[in-house]
Amino acid sequence: MNYAVGIDLGSTTTKAVVLGEDGQVLGRGITNSRSNYEVACQVSLGEALINTRFSLIRQGLERKGLEPAELVRRVEKLERAFRAEQYRSQLVVLARELNRFAGRLITGGPGLRPAVTTIITRMREEVPALFADGSRRKSDFFRDLAGSRYMQLAETEARRSKVSFDRLLGLFDKAILDVENSAEAAGRFEDHMRAATEAIGETGRALADAVTRVAGLELRQLASVGTGYGRARLPFPDGSIKSEILCHGLGAHALFPATRTVLDIGGQDTKAIQVDARGIVTSFQMNDRCAAGCGRYLGYIADEMNLGLHELGPLACESSQPVRINSTCTVFAGAELRERLALGERREDILAGLHRAIILRALSLIARSGGVTDEFTFTGGVAKNPAAVAALRKLLDENYGGVTMNISDDSIYTGALGAALFALRNGRSGEAVVH
Amino acid sequence: MTQPSRAISHANKDESQVRQKAMIARHFDELAAAPETGAKTAYTFVPGNLTELLLSFDLLPVLPEINSLQSAMRGKTAEYISIAEKLGHSEDVCTYVKSDIGMLKSGNIGPTGQRLPDPDVLLLSYTGCFTFMKWFELLREEYHAPVGMLHVPYQSDGRITPAMLDYVVRQLREAIIPLLERVSGRAFDEDRLRQHLARSAQAEEDLVWVLQSAKHRPSPIDAYFGAVYYVGPIFSAFRGTDEAVGYYRALRAEIAERMRQGKGPVTPDGDIDQERYRIVVEGPPNWTNFRQFWQMFAAEGAVAVASTYTKVGGVYDLGFRHDPERPLETLAEYCLGCYTNLGLPTRIDLLTRYVKEYAADGFLINSVKSCNSFSAGQLHILREVEARSGRPGGFIESDLVDPRYFSPANIKNRLESYFQMLEQKRLGGAA
Repeated sequence: MNYAVGIDLGSTTTKAVVLGEDGQVLGRGITNSRSNYEVACQVSLGEALINTRFSLIRQGLERKGLEPAELVRRVEKLERAFRAEQYRSQLVVLARELNRFAGRLITGGPGLRPAVTTIITRMREEVPALFADGSRRKSDFFRDLAGSRYMQLAETEARRSKVSFDRLLGLFDKAILDVENSAEAAGRFEDHMRAATEAIGETGRALADAVTRVAGLELRQLASVGTGYGRARLPFPDGSIKSEILCHGLGAHALFPATRTVLDIGGQDTKAIQVDARGIVTSFQMNDRCAAGCGRYLGYIADEMNLGLHELGPLACESSQPVRINSTCTVFAGAELRERLALGERREDILAGLHRAIILRALSLIARSGGVTDEFTFTGGVAKNPAAVAALRKLLDENYGGVTMNISDDSIYTGALGAALFALRNGRSGEAVVH
Repeated sequence: MTQPSRAISHANKDESQVRQKAMIARHFDELAAAPETGAKTAYTFVPGNLTELLLSFDLLPVLPEINSLQSAMRGKTAEYISIAEKLGHSEDVCTYVKSDIGMLKSGNIGPTGQRLPDPDVLLLSYTGCFTFMKWFELLREEYHAPVGMLHVPYQSDGRITPAMLDYVVRQLREAIIPLLERVSGRAFDEDRLRQHLARSAQAEEDLVWVLQSAKHRPSPIDAYFGAVYYVGPIFSAFRGTDEAVGYYRALRAEIAERMRQGKGPVTPDGDIDQERYRIVVEGPPNWTNFRQFWQMFAAEGAVAVASTYTKVGGVYDLGFRHDPERPLETLAEYCLGCYTNLGLPTRIDLLTRYVKEYAADGFLINSVKSCNSFSAGQLHILREVEARSGRPGGFIESDLVDPRYFSPANIKNRLESYFQMLEQKRLGGAA
């Protein structure tokens, strides 16, 4: 079957959205951008195609008239088993790379390789629990999942066997790049699927048929469009590279057709976009000169507080008396944070103040782009942060009255969705077909 | 994105460029030789410059703003600004000023590599840029030269009243001319001034023709990047000279020929073959990355068809010409009518008019960090011009001569987005 794909290369993550020829979203994929742009594109596309095949399996089962709850349960079980297989295959490559780098070290000491083996063995043993029904994973990225566990185990192992913790950590930092860049680590859909179906045992005739049919299905790329910060380096020809402004505008319009104002807060930039009834951008503003007020600001604060990025918002939501933070410079915010902590202010109150500060900055951009016209759509990674959303809601009410604020669960994919829609148009018109 | 090489064909030097280079070289030779020849110099500013009057006293003009922008194009301003900041000038001060101070402290070596003479007089024509006065206060401390202060009333309601005109003429007659007589040791010669003014009017006529050639499709000129070269002689030391008359005559003939051949503008990388976007630009260009900035437009086939920056040394396309029959009045009208001396409503009218008359696809504001005179109110201008012209505005930020404030990736990103937005609007969403 034919598909069109849009890829949004962000400063933090790379997202891919796959559309069928009818314009329906079939799959989404996301990966870290940090290692290599080209690989990030491949990995996100690979992930989106896996996601697409799962969508097709689900659709196949729906057509068979399977009871919806049962259908979801079965496909989710299969997907968990699939992800566990994928994780195992990545661990194999990680172990090999760790040993390769450990072997190169002259000063590593005799205990280094056994320590690595102990850590990896333990990580392998933990795979079933990590992907068990009901288990909560903090991230979908192998780097984050394996990294946090490796670090904990390395700490224990360093204490036990007197191997340098820093040395173990250094090995991981090197090895993970090769894992992220390795097609072998990502593995093949058919292989993981075969292993997954074997692992879950009795799948039932309908699921087995759907899996067989989808695994053998050839997915043909009709057209692709790339967007985002690294777009000039994306492996696409000129006509297939679109500004992220246009892609976010069109993506937001596709998610919420009544959208007129879009705010996207990404890792390194914040965009305020006005669109017309067709999703065509009529005006936009982006932050210049300074990245304060972007997602990275929150990342910096999370690092300063030794918290995960996803933990910031919920913690800030517990605030009862937000602290007024005037500094919106990222680095100064770190200094302000330490000062406030030293003064005995509560962490959640300080965090609530910091969230308000970045939203104030975004509001200034919105004003510059022409203000807020109903409906308003909030996109980007920061739209998943409940404290940022609450601050925005409050400030929107204060400044623009009761506008409708849309946030999609898939808001992080808005740019990629817009890009995929542009790709579909190109594909239909026979232009810029990319393979 | 289209790469520069695709939109642009080969480069060659036009006769006018060669001519201008020779004029500048000769002028800086004269300045460098001034300590020996005894020639007197006047430092002055581009907006509201009284070049004809200075020339009538045989005073050689030096323009610190132009020295600053040329220092930036030569890659010297990072060092000059750093010197000025060490002396206590804050990061937010106009970077033209800091570059000038830094250049002065580094031996006052001008754009041609020759030393500039100290000023015999600082002629301050106060036309809307509030920093000018402070700038010359600083230079007065350094050079101990007399300051001639011509106070030009701001055109806040968009018109020149008889009282305003009379006020400026009286200052010229009672303060500026007597000062220049003292400094130069020459008596005021009104006939000589008239001759210079007559030459100015001739050159202005040809300049306006050149700038208005951008109404043609494709435009044979780039009225922002290319035009900063075209306005060079008339904005600096050459207005009122035979050389300027000759330069503009030659330039007009060149542009007429380009137009006849259906050619687009010349750029540092050659001709633009396909005019894809016609843009009106507000605000000064960035000088530290001037060529790179220009390429970001040229590579996309974006051609500036009108700009306000090329009016800072005189708004001639609305009909003003220096009039030799009314020498002091015409100088006063010139100063009062400079772009920097115009209020926001007048600037909005002018930009809207440009968008319409030059059939522009949109207009773009380059907001300059360290120039409050230009930048204050630009977002208001953006909204108003958008509303009145129906054309989308774009907004980017950089600086005049501080390389720290030119972020190529960000600016390119915004420009590409802006041009793609124009394309999308043009195709009605089918792009």
